Amino acid sequence: MSAAQPAAARTPVLEARGLVKRYGVVTALDGADFDLYPGEILALIGDNGAGKSTLIKALSGAIVPDRGEILLNGTVVHFRNPLEARRGGIETVYQDLALAPALDIAENLFLGRELRRPGLVGLVLRVADRPRMLSEARAHIADLKINVRSMKQPVETLSGGQRQGVAVARAAAFASRVVIMDEPTAALGVRESGMVLDLIREVRARGTPVVLISHNMPQVFEIADRLHVMRLGRRVATITPKSHTMTEAVALMTGATSFHGTGG
Amino acid sequence: MGTLRRASVLSVGIVTALVAAGCGETTSNQAAASPKPVIVGLVTKTDANPFFVKMRQGAEREAAAKGAVLMTGAGKDTADAAGEVTAMENMVSAGAKAILITPDSAGVTAAVRKARSQGVLVIALDSPTDPVDAADALFATDNMVAGKLIGQYAKAAEAGKTGIKIAMFDEAPGSTVGKLRHNGFLAGYGIQDGDPQIVCVANGGGNQPDSQTAMENCLTKDSGINVVYTINEPSAFGVYTALKNRGKQNGVLIVSVDGGCTGVGGVKDGRIAATSQQYPLKMASLGVDAGVDFAKNGKRVSGYTDTGVTLISDKPVSGVDSKDTTFGLDNCWG
Amino acid sequence: MLARLRQTGLGRDPGAAVARARVISALGPLVALLLASLFFTIRTDRFLTTENWSLITQQVAVVGILAIGQTLIILTAGIDLSVGAVMAYGTIVMTRLAVTYHLNPFLAIALGIGACLAFGVLNGVLVTAVRLPPFIVTLGTLNIAFALTHITSNEETIANLPDPLVFFGDTFRFAGTTITYGAVLAVALTVVTWFVLTRTIGGRHVYATGNNPDAARLAGVRTRRVLLSVYAIAGLLDGIAALVLVGRTGVGDPQAGQSANLDSITAVVVGGTSLFGGRGSVLGTLVGTLIVGIFRNGLTLLGVAAIYQFLITGVLVILAVAVDQLSRRTRG
Repeated sequence: MSAAQPAAARTPVLEARGLVKRYGVVTALDGADFDLYPGEILALIGDNGAGKSTLIKALSGAIVPDRGEILLNGTVVHFRNPLEARRGGIETVYQDLALAPALDIAENLFLGRELRRPGLVGLVLRVADRPRMLSEARAHIADLKINVRSMKQPVETLSGGQRQGVAVARAAAFASRVVIMDEPTAALGVRESGMVLDLIREVRARGTPVVLISHNMPQVFEIADRLHVMRLGRRVATITPKSHTMTEAVALMTGATSFHGTGG
Repeated sequence: MGTLRRASVLSVGIVTALVAAGCGETTSNQAAASPKPVIVGLVTKTDANPFFVKMRQGAEREAAAKGAVLMTGAGKDTADAAGEVTAMENMVSAGAKAILITPDSAGVTAAVRKARSQGVLVIALDSPTDPVDAADALFATDNMVAGKLIGQYAKAAEAGKTGIKIAMFDEAPGSTVGKLRHNGFLAGYGIQDGDPQIVCVANGGGNQPDSQTAMENCLTKDSGINVVYTINEPSAFGVYTALKNRGKQNGVLIVSVDGGCTGVGGVKDGRIAATSQQYPLKMASLGVDAGVDFAKNGKRVSGYTDTGVTLISDKPVSGVDSKDTTFGLDNCWG
Repeated sequence: MLARLRQTGLGRDPGAAVARARVISALGPLVALLLASLFFTIRTDRFLTTENWSLITQQVAVVGILAIGQTLIILTAGIDLSVGAVMAYGTIVMTRLAVTYHLNPFLAIALGIGACLAFGVLNGVLVTAVRLPPFIVTLGTLNIAFALTHITSNEETIANLPDPLVFFGDTFRFAGTTITYGAVLAVALTVVTWFVLTRTIGGRHVYATGNNPDAARLAGVRTRRVLLSVYAIAGLLDGIAALVLVGRTGVGDPQAGQSANLDSITAVVVGGTSLFGGRGSVLGTLVGTLIVGIFRNGLTLLGVAAIYQFLITGVLVILAVAVDQLSRRTRG
């Protein structure tokens, strides 16, 4: 679904102005801008080396830009590491999922934020509250309509799509503001990709906006509300699946054509 | 993070260099001296075993007395032939005229021959090279005799008794010294491997804790063990502890080899019945003397020089010569 | 409604299937233990007696404690080659202080354990701050501890120890047999460690750090702190093992601990913990320790030549690693 109001009336949830990042002689971000509005799925597209990953890393706190500013709900923020971004409510699903294969679903879901048993046992001995984590994990997984029987299954026994589901569920469970996804369907077959796209829609339905990087044009056009096109380290266009065709989008990515007019 | 890491590596490096320099000081000091002093090299199996440490200290003393320079080196452990070879080669290129070496195995033979072909005198200490004539000479205990003496002692001490049950504790399989002492004991006792009186043969590691474990297991196998052969005194102490834990320490005869001061103390307080004392300090000082003689006068020693074994016991038996612990403590090493 | 995600071939109840697989792989070492015991029981009637088993527990107590620390480290995909040497250094420190310098025995014990803890912290700092591989780091501290042991002891064993130092060698009677406090301590420490590893957050972080350190880090686990802790705890356990060793032998012996390094690793591997990290159990290590001790004991009872112990230990280790590898392949 697309935004009902005109763009100017909404405050972006996440915004970036003039981000610059250089690695020696290579300029990865060259004054890049970014807006993400509430309730939307924004796809970040561009050719290799356009700066998509670097932009995502800056937004998720994995790198610190040399210049420019990032605003979260209108307030300027400085993320020095991914944990600070997480505390700001931004959760990232990495391309390799960042799951521990031998640990089970519940453990992976709560990794780094485990629930403690109440009282002295939890406070002093840091004993984990396993029953509560299992039941909450079940709830989060069911919420996104992912079909996995037992939260006690080690993640390595799941299929690729199920694993992606666990990673997405983890991000969705804890993200209060934004979910970022890096190539969520890259390693999956057609059927499992479809399931993951459904998951992304579920996340949006629960009120959390999603930013995703993808090279898969058909999927992007199927699911995104808006497309953020990058080239040579800056944003060159924002378009929608309705305003442009896939071919036109690719042309913008490669610089064959330039962008004129509004995108929404 | 980059700076912290660099700083840490740098400080670790500096500290290591300082420590190494500080430790290297003692040997390089001696090189200061007068015009072209004689250089003798000593290569031991390891510098972590009291026997070889005492040998080194004896050599250092004799070298100082003779005004010679002693270079020392050792392998990492008693199986590090390559380490011995490296040490020896370095000493030869540093100008050593004579090398004293306690050979680990046949792994040092080629290097020994090469050193001799370069005009260096090589003397084996404590154990022979393989083959014996690869070195110029051998100054050593006759480990076979060492074993024989305690074998004979045990036989005589238990003469007339029935129900003799013998346990034997060797060290790691493959040790030449171990084999010689083991077979010497058997010869002295008048039996052979597989004799029904031998109820347990085990690897006591040549050290106290492993021998304690081995003896405990042997006692479980046969609680009537009353004669014990051990390859060295720490092994004997481990055996004694195992017996003491079961309250059996009074009826068992323990014999051993080495004659270090701690070991002789064990004979004196009654834990060990008899031990064959050997003389590493004598090996070392004879070796240094021969080396200096060769460097100054070109006199080459050859053949085998028995540096002697004495049976030490406070309870002598007939038919076997022994000396008491006063003598033992006077002549002990360590 | 969304389409159902396809299940893997785990049948109706994957949770139970996985639990079953986990139990089977954990049972592996236990089965080996039972088979070995059965073998020796058949071959000699001296094996299955309370005295013999009491003996075995005494003999494995020291390696058992060292192996707990080794388990923690191997769970993080590291390794500690210095445990035996550090333990030997601890025995020399505490006995020399108590006997040669007449320090209060409890203070001497504390300082000895403290020296081992310091080595553990050194290992941890070099692995986490300077980022050197654990194999290299602990190889270095092994040599340092080994050298310090021989330098400070001057190659002499220290005897005539005051009572507090040998406490863990003392025994008490229970169910018709004697048990040393050292053996009880080894079991108690294993159980406590098991609880921490399976029930506390810190324990789960150890598994996570070993299984996928990048994932753990990105999830907010302080992997550097986890690694530093396991090496430090191993150092502490080396010190405790030193005290138990001193209790067992009654002396401070600079030659001690040389086989303990490899024995502790053998116990961990035979007990089912994977060298790749993230999988295993400290209870399995206890079984592995017992297996090593049983073979040493049983083979001596049978009069088998010592050289075969090396052979059998080698075969056991290879079998254990092979079983671990095979079970990895049958997992999803």
